[in-house]
Amino acid sequence: MEHSQFGVFSEKYKMIQQLAPVLVLIAVVVGFVVVSLGLTNLAGPKRNATTDKQMPYECGIPGLENKTTKFPVKFYLTAILFILFDIEVIFLYPWALIYTDFLKFGSFIFIEMIVFMFILIFGLFYVWKGHALDWD
Amino acid sequence: MGTGSLEFIINTVKIAAIFMGIISVVPLLVWVERRGSAFMQNRLGPNRVGPLGLLQLAADAVKFIFKEEFIPDHAEKVLYFMAPGLTLLPAALTFAAVPLATSVTVSGHTIDMQIANINVGIVYIFAVASLGVYGILSAGWSSGNKYSMLGALRASSQMISYEVAMGLSLIGLLLIYRTFNLNEMIAVQNGAFNFVWRGSAFSVPWLPNWGFFYQPIALILFITAGFAETNRLPFDLPEGEAELVAGYHTEYGGFKFNMFFMGEYGHMITSSALITTLFFGGYALPYASPEDVLKFWTENGAGIAGLIHLTVPDTASLLTMLTHLASFCAKTGFWLFFYVWIRWTLPRFRYDQLMDLGWKTLMPWALANLAITTTVIFLAHLPS
Repeated sequence: MEHSQFGVFSEKYKMIQQLAPVLVLIAVVVGFVVVSLGLTNLAGPKRNATTDKQMPYECGIPGLENKTTKFPVKFYLTAILFILFDIEVIFLYPWALIYTDFLKFGSFIFIEMIVFMFILIFGLFYVWKGHALDWD
Repeated sequence: MGTGSLEFIINTVKIAAIFMGIISVVPLLVWVERRGSAFMQNRLGPNRVGPLGLLQLAADAVKFIFKEEFIPDHAEKVLYFMAPGLTLLPAALTFAAVPLATSVTVSGHTIDMQIANINVGIVYIFAVASLGVYGILSAGWSSGNKYSMLGALRASSQMISYEVAMGLSLIGLLLIYRTFNLNEMIAVQNGAFNFVWRGSAFSVPWLPNWGFFYQPIALILFITAGFAETNRLPFDLPEGEAELVAGYHTEYGGFKFNMFFMGEYGHMITSSALITTLFFGGYALPYASPEDVLKFWTENGAGIAGLIHLTVPDTASLLTMLTHLASFCAKTGFWLFFYVWIRWTLPRFRYDQLMDLGWKTLMPWALANLAITTTVIFLAHLPS
């Protein structure tokens, strides 16, 4: 009992250990960003910011809209569809790993995934015919 | 404890060296892009600063550092400062899982030529790469400019749309490799092209066992999605200068702009490295496995070992690493050049065409490819 718990712990520890270099890399990148931005802050010239200079860039005429400008609802729709389809894709990943090994237990894993993919394709078709993918 | 902290120092130095390597490849890539563009357009390109204009890179870097630090009045200060870092970070992190060469063993210490050997490598890469959207969105929103905002919306919408197709395109490949670890994928791609059909094995000795020969459609889909993910032409609508000035980095200048630039080129490097690793055997040479190369250098590396005062096995592992690093750089370099090549071959898409290509062309093709691969593997494993 105790032994198996220790085994589980060390497995978890192994996963974390694999990602430890990534943490070091994050530290390196953050260090680079802070140092280089600090350097350019120190090295660059200091000039007074005039009102004209502070205006949002707008092709040389006074700004017409502020940043709370409206944007098409299409972007939200795309984001929602992305979440739906991306989760379905993520389900396929672990399946792809074990597919060939599980074929020796019969065709269940094949038929199962054909059904799953049919649902996915049907969902895409439904969204397509519902004009959710149209941009005008 | 002593060896533990030594290993930690070695690994930290290695990680910093690989990161600085990517950072220094970026200016070189800009030079290749500018000279390559000039070559394709029958003009000279930058050729004044240093031999062949190579010092143009140093001149650009110095200029970026000595630019005025300017913060617009209307910007959200915290996010405005964080956004360049948030764009650079995912680009560097995705590269962490890519194996660059075989590991080196010098006087008992083994150094992997890879930042992190992650067992779910490909899932990690997808997870981290999609974080790039946050940098772009926060840049666009915090700038307080409508062009930035529209550019950021376009960029994020495009990136998430193509991410689905990109994820789907690789599943066929994973069905064949049966692993998420990039090192194991390279190991699977060793040797000659072979497959098993109903219990009888077939082999094509003159063809390398590369993913490209199993999944050519997946390669086309992956490259297309990769171009869209990196916002490169013909998919650079977020920066369409005719409509949006410069997109999400309109209000940025100096080194902060440079960081967006490095982020974009970093994504290009990672994407090319992934094409190499997934479809073209990674660092391995086409007709020689890493073991063959090691054997070759163990037999022929004695002279060089005397020259650099190392034992023969150490020299052999070092030379094997360098051979594979050169092979990796050559393959990745080709795909990086491919990016420049495509830039001057295809014109920019319209936004509705872009979204149609992502959802209505790439996704059905990826699903069809997956269905065909699944069925073929099923038929191949039927008892004869």
